[in-house]
Amino acid sequence: MYNFEFERPTTIADAVAALGGDEAQALGGGQTLIPTLKQRLAMPGKLVSLSGIPEMKGVCVNDDGAVSIGGGTPHAVVARDAAQHYPGLAALAGQIGDPAVRNRGTIGGSLANNDPSACYPAAALGSGATIVTNTREIAADDYFQGMFTTALEEGEIITEVRFPVPEAANYQKFVQPASRFALVGVFVAKYADGVRVAVTGASEEGVFRWSAAEEALSGNFTADAIKDLTVEAGGMIGDLHGSKEYRAHLVGVMTRRAVAAAA
Amino acid sequence: MPKDHGIGASSKRREDVRFLTGAGNYTDDINIPGQTYVHFLRSDIAHGKINAVNTEDAAGMPGVLRVFTGTDFEGVGGLPCGWQVTDKHGQPMQEPAHPVLAQGKVRYVGEIVAAVVAETAEQARDAAEAIELDIEDLPAVIDMKAAVQEGAPKVHDDLTSNLCYDWGFVEENKGAVDEAFEKAAHVTTLELVNNRLVANPMEPRVAIGDYTRHNGESTLYTTSQNPHVIRLLMGAFVLGIPEHKLRVVAPDVGGGFGTKIFHYAEEAFCTFAAKALKRPVKWTSSRSEAFISDAHGRDHVTKIELALDGENNFTAIRTETYANMGAYLSTFAPSVPTWLHGTLMAGNYKTPAIYVNVKAVFTNTVPVDAYRGAGRPEATFQLERVIDKAARELGVDPIALRRQNFITEFPYATPVAVEYDTGDYNATMDKLEEIADLKGFEARRKESEARGKLRGLGVNCYIEACGIAPSNLVGQLGARAGLYESATVRVNATGGLVVMTGSHSHGQGHETSFPQVISEMIGIPEDQVEIVHGDTARTPMGMGTYGSRSLAVGGSAMVRATEKIINKTKKIAAHLMEASEADIELKDGQFTVAGTDKSVAWGDVCLAAYVPHNYPLDDIEPGLEETAFYDPSNFTYPAGAYACEVEVDPETGKVTIERFAAADDFGNVVNPMIVSGQVHGGLAQGIGQALLEGAVYDETGQLLSASYMDYAMPRADDVPFYTVDHSCQTPCTHNPLGVKGCGEAGAIGSPPSVVNAVVDALQSAGKSVTHIDMPLSPGRVWTAMQG
Ligand SMILES: Cc1cc2nc3c(=O)[nH]c(=O)nc-3n(C[C@H](O)[C@H](O)[C@H](O)COP(=O)(O)OP(=O)(O)OC[C@H]3O[C@@H](n4cnc5c(N)ncnc54)[C@H](O)[C@@H]3O)c2cc1C
Repeated sequence: MYNFEFERPTTIADAVAALGGDEAQALGGGQTLIPTLKQRLAMPGKLVSLSGIPEMKGVCVNDDGAVSIGGGTPHAVVARDAAQHYPGLAALAGQIGDPAVRNRGTIGGSLANNDPSACYPAAALGSGATIVTNTREIAADDYFQGMFTTALEEGEIITEVRFPVPEAANYQKFVQPASRFALVGVFVAKYADGVRVAVTGASEEGVFRWSAAEEALSGNFTADAIKDLTVEAGGMIGDLHGSKEYRAHLVGVMTRRAVAAAA
Repeated sequence: MPKDHGIGASSKRREDVRFLTGAGNYTDDINIPGQTYVHFLRSDIAHGKINAVNTEDAAGMPGVLRVFTGTDFEGVGGLPCGWQVTDKHGQPMQEPAHPVLAQGKVRYVGEIVAAVVAETAEQARDAAEAIELDIEDLPAVIDMKAAVQEGAPKVHDDLTSNLCYDWGFVEENKGAVDEAFEKAAHVTTLELVNNRLVANPMEPRVAIGDYTRHNGESTLYTTSQNPHVIRLLMGAFVLGIPEHKLRVVAPDVGGGFGTKIFHYAEEAFCTFAAKALKRPVKWTSSRSEAFISDAHGRDHVTKIELALDGENNFTAIRTETYANMGAYLSTFAPSVPTWLHGTLMAGNYKTPAIYVNVKAVFTNTVPVDAYRGAGRPEATFQLERVIDKAARELGVDPIALRRQNFITEFPYATPVAVEYDTGDYNATMDKLEEIADLKGFEARRKESEARGKLRGLGVNCYIEACGIAPSNLVGQLGARAGLYESATVRVNATGGLVVMTGSHSHGQGHETSFPQVISEMIGIPEDQVEIVHGDTARTPMGMGTYGSRSLAVGGSAMVRATEKIINKTKKIAAHLMEASEADIELKDGQFTVAGTDKSVAWGDVCLAAYVPHNYPLDDIEPGLEETAFYDPSNFTYPAGAYACEVEVDPETGKVTIERFAAADDFGNVVNPMIVSGQVHGGLAQGIGQALLEGAVYDETGQLLSASYMDYAMPRADDVPFYTVDHSCQTPCTHNPLGVKGCGEAGAIGSPPSVVNAVVDALQSAGKSVTHIDMPLSPGRVWTAMQG
């Protein structure tokens, strides 16, 4: 690790101000950033911890029924406190990493990082969530812009994520054997106005919506409805854990399983 | 009633209290006043010519004491190789120089180019980043078969090629083997890869060099399985420090699995730099460094052929193996694919003609050396896989085919130069069939099918050779070391004992099991016995722990020394009780005179030895301390039969292990609980190799699986609850304890069971899969199912 300054503000406003300086970076749960620093792959001049900001923490239900999660809420809290309101989302949070990771890592950090194998991006995109920052609201469909790339501007903080609650939802995670991130993860959510299917882990472009499956499932929400559908192997990730073809195949399998579990 | 102490008791592991409460004393826990820290700058390319290493800026950075490069070590010896293999033409292997810091070229990602010693670890690392390297990329050789092609880039320019040796074993068998293949009724051929592994002990390597000016002594604290071996190799061959001026201490060591046997550059560096700087120098490996600097294991590419006659008797085995040495010869690397592999190719079977060919190859990768099982897992895997394939081709029961070919008479001299002293392979197979409930398999398969899963059963045997010996034989085979073990037993005046053993415990539980043996022999409580190991200043010259040799060889030395003690105490007791020595009996810590009610306690006799007022001073010396060196007359041959049941998810290719049973014959068992634990750990490692682990290089020589993000270690939920049994016991015939060794068995025997089971599952579903290379990741299994 290189030396850095450290601040731990208690309000969003103070955090934004602290992040205004040169080479400042937000620190969520540190589950991605700290290992990066330890390997000296990043060199921020200042770390601004978001862990002491009460207004960025917790799970609540809005008047319109949507579930709101503070950007600084650890996965373990989502797994516990969202279970009643949005069980599909809570179950996804409960499958991230191990207990230590879930007690430190935050939803804001995960979405800001947008690892192509991370779980939360599938839930956010699959739910049509709104990413709320200190300056604006971003629809999930506009937010994810490819591996490790998002619509966030420099210094912008995810303060809250708003999830419309579907009639049924399920996340199927097929783990990469070493990291146990998603080799392929599929989040399926059935809303009154249609079905959303978001796939993580598989594509070189990061999380994506499988629109052909969405269409088929919107008419008939059964695994059978998509039994003949496949995704192109072309844009999939191929690495030592699985070929492009294998990942493309898993997208189909995991989607059918998610539908079967949700239906 | 199970025993509650002594041989056969499941005494609780006394060392675990300190390990589990954080009170262990590991090398990294040692900090010496005035200590400095070294950071090694490692090559990030696999092959390159060093044009310049500019250390000027780095040397001027805060806290920096000195920056070392290869040129600082020009007057120093290279890291020695401890085993010379002679090739099939009678020529010695090609043996390249192995510099402490790279000289002229870098030959693998991870090789040390420069070393910065500074007041703090962070300062050393900062300065290392300021070193300017001018290294010219050279084409790397990674694939072994490509490396031995004409015109391949050479890892070592001064060698004739990348071929270290081409070994034929036994060369005289070749004619008979070829003839048997010509006459065979059936030949089964299998090509396979034994995947490269990274040992990953929980504790990464650490080294601290210290130099005391008042007496000119160097001390190395290091994470080693064999401190005396390190002292000999480093003192005599690398740094030229006489052994009486060099102490090597290996305190608590958090797992070794072979990778801590070897003498590493970092150890020599810290010892050298401490003397040069007159300050202690410490290095603690990061996990990332461990991946690219700890010796790797396995990495064989093999073709094996099995010939059978019309009655399905094995008539011959022929193998051709490419064995990766990596870029340099690690300490015992040449012996692993040869003497620890070829000699085991008979397995448990009476195949009359066997020929093993091994080509050891240099590549631009991390050096490869012994890893839990070392050579024997590679032999077992190919043999038990090819037998399984043969049974499937012939449509015969794999167990029946094995039984038909079992060796049943002992001693048995194999065609590959070893003689099995004892064994009963039918007994372990009978036991396996019982504990694995093989009769119930078909019902379980139906139940799996009902859930949409494919169930498979894999069964295999294994034999291994432990406690490599005797020294005069291994010397002929090229070992540059003896393979005896030593023990000094010191009895204190109040009757307690200290055993100073040359064996080293890095998780095996010697501190518990060794006292059980003494307790049995003398009849005193186990807690009266203390085990000291891991310090060349406190223990007699010993060879350390690897090859499941501690109890069989080190324990035997301890028995011999204890026998000397008992003989002497009997003399003293005879004197005290005014009886004839021949009439003295020792039981439960009491000396008695046969046929009388006279007795004297163990403690009183010991006291008499140190307060010899009433003592046979004319006959014997005072004091009670004896040393023994034990050089076994043969290997020991643990053997067993394993069964694995898997479920395969046909949609994803994911394999789960549903049941695993191991029936082992370890000869006599001193502590059944510890033995079960050793088997459990070995099975986890074998299952890890079979399903999860694999060190993968890309074609430029970058290690792709260089962290836990990509290198999959087995976790608790990857392995099942094991059923293990070691009640089949044919005691070793040539060591005093009748023990054989149990540390590696699980890792040796389990990979073929897993692969056999997966092939069985897939074939049961009509797939024509005959083999899948390890690790059997879901992606590989799925891909195999498509073909
Ligand atoms: C062993 C292990 C296993 C894991 N397994 C999984 C898994 O299975 N699935 C999975 O999805 N993830 C997994 N993770 C990642 C984990 O979920 C992390 O928590 C997550 O990726 C990052 O969240 P964090 O709060 O720790 O962010 P940090 O590491 O603190 O930050 C990550 C990045 O986000 C930025 N950032 C942090 N918070 C905010 C914010 N509120 N607004 C804007 N930017 C912000 C930081 O500046 C940084 O660039 C694993 C991690 C580990 C260590």
